[in-house]
Amino acid sequence: MTFKDLKIKSSDITPKNIYENRRYFLKTVSLGLVTVGLSSLGQEDVLAKTESGQKLTAKFNKQYSVTDKKTSYKDITTYNNFYEFGMDKDDPARYAKTLNIRPWTISVEGLVQKSMVVDVNELMKLSAMEERVYRMRCVEGWSMVIPWNGFSLSHLLNKVEPLGSAKYVEFETLADPRQMPGLSSTVIAWPYLEGLRLDEAMNPLTLLTFGLYGEVLPNQNGAPVRVVVPWKYGFKSAKSLVRIRLTDKEPITSWHRTAPMEYGFYSNVNPNVAHPRWSQSTERRIDGRGILSAKIKTEMFNGYGEHVEKLYAGMDLRKFY
Amino acid sequence: MNIILLKRIVFVLALIPLARLFILGFLDELTANPIEFITRSTGTWTITFLSLTLAMSPLRWITGWPQWTQLRKTLGLFSFFYAFLHFTIWYWLDHNLSFTMMINDVIKRPFITMGFIAFVIMSFLAVTSNQISMRFLGGKWKMLHRLIYIIAILALIHYFWHKEGKRDFTVAYIYAGIISTLLVIRIPFMKKIITK
Repeated sequence: MTFKDLKIKSSDITPKNIYENRRYFLKTVSLGLVTVGLSSLGQEDVLAKTESGQKLTAKFNKQYSVTDKKTSYKDITTYNNFYEFGMDKDDPARYAKTLNIRPWTISVEGLVQKSMVVDVNELMKLSAMEERVYRMRCVEGWSMVIPWNGFSLSHLLNKVEPLGSAKYVEFETLADPRQMPGLSSTVIAWPYLEGLRLDEAMNPLTLLTFGLYGEVLPNQNGAPVRVVVPWKYGFKSAKSLVRIRLTDKEPITSWHRTAPMEYGFYSNVNPNVAHPRWSQSTERRIDGRGILSAKIKTEMFNGYGEHVEKLYAGMDLRKFY
Repeated sequence: MNIILLKRIVFVLALIPLARLFILGFLDELTANPIEFITRSTGTWTITFLSLTLAMSPLRWITGWPQWTQLRKTLGLFSFFYAFLHFTIWYWLDHNLSFTMMINDVIKRPFITMGFIAFVIMSFLAVTSNQISMRFLGGKWKMLHRLIYIIAILALIHYFWHKEGKRDFTVAYIYAGIISTLLVIRIPFMKKIITK
């Protein structure tokens, strides 16, 4: 193994000037230019925004934020897995425009005292909006660092008062073929279903999310409301929610149904448990670092162990992958 | 058409996929995950050039123009060229040039096993593609270079198994259709039908 220390900050792995130089080198070589002064090219798009971006006021939450270098808005919004809009990474950015996000209601139901159907505009006022910079590790082996805007899902769950018999929470994504061209694919049995154990859903890290980079979510990122569960692989964080159901049985999630050996219910980020078809011990961080940089080590629970490891005390995480 | 001129044109055209990657790189348009993009692009071009290489003999039979086979070597070597880039990027940037890590991956992931074997065989063909090897190997040369059929099948399996995660086989089916057609028409009685 040639990889370095686990604890090292991702931005320290390749010194900034070196990877910028590499990028510069690549760019100059590619067009045979020897001109100086191009090294800043491509570094300025970090804060580039779409013209449609509607502002969200969110207070920065330092306790739940990582200090890693953030992924650019462009990369977060153009490289997505959202199969309802197609299977290629650029499909959601291209086709999610057809998603009509207002009016939009979410049904919170099942084993609760006070089930409700709430308009997303009302839901947004339920608690103070926070900005939290989370790592997002995709099961495919790449990762981003994203400043999300939202509040803990627990605020909503407390409001509906779960019954004592409620043990799990199921999340359902919209499945409307008129708005979502990807539904013609049969790779997944629609609608997309995800789930958490109730205590996982109540963990303050589980974020009910309405925006990123201080703007309402672009459609391709799961507008108008999604969950973000940063210690689990990205597919656990269901997008464009229409239903949240509390149950007493472990939900059969979409990916588990598609490939049970490959995608377990828990799907916690775990470098020690390989996907049947690839290792999960490293990841490619998407943060504008030079394209010639090595992969970085994946951390247990995506680095959120201090907040969540108690949830899995005594559990064999190889069995409950 | 003058074969030397044609060879030159093919040579320049075959470099366009590489030039495109450099231009996209310069424009910062290699997507959020440039390595994945480059790896997949070079892989797809490998299989494209492999198909083109396999198409030369059938073209000769159909058109009766013998010069098609003159292009075969150029196209075959370009297929190897893109395979070499494909392999090197994966070995370098996915495995940090660690031989142990690379071999572990080859053993652990069947789709990589297939791609790796195809690449190893292809390297032998590339190394022996010159006149000296041809003369040295004599009759064995033709047998050795028939391994391209095995390479094509392994490359297809590699491609299909890679696509298995999303079960998105559309493009893989297109290549499978082209390559199996090019292989089937080599079966003697099929060849007789198309050349009569």
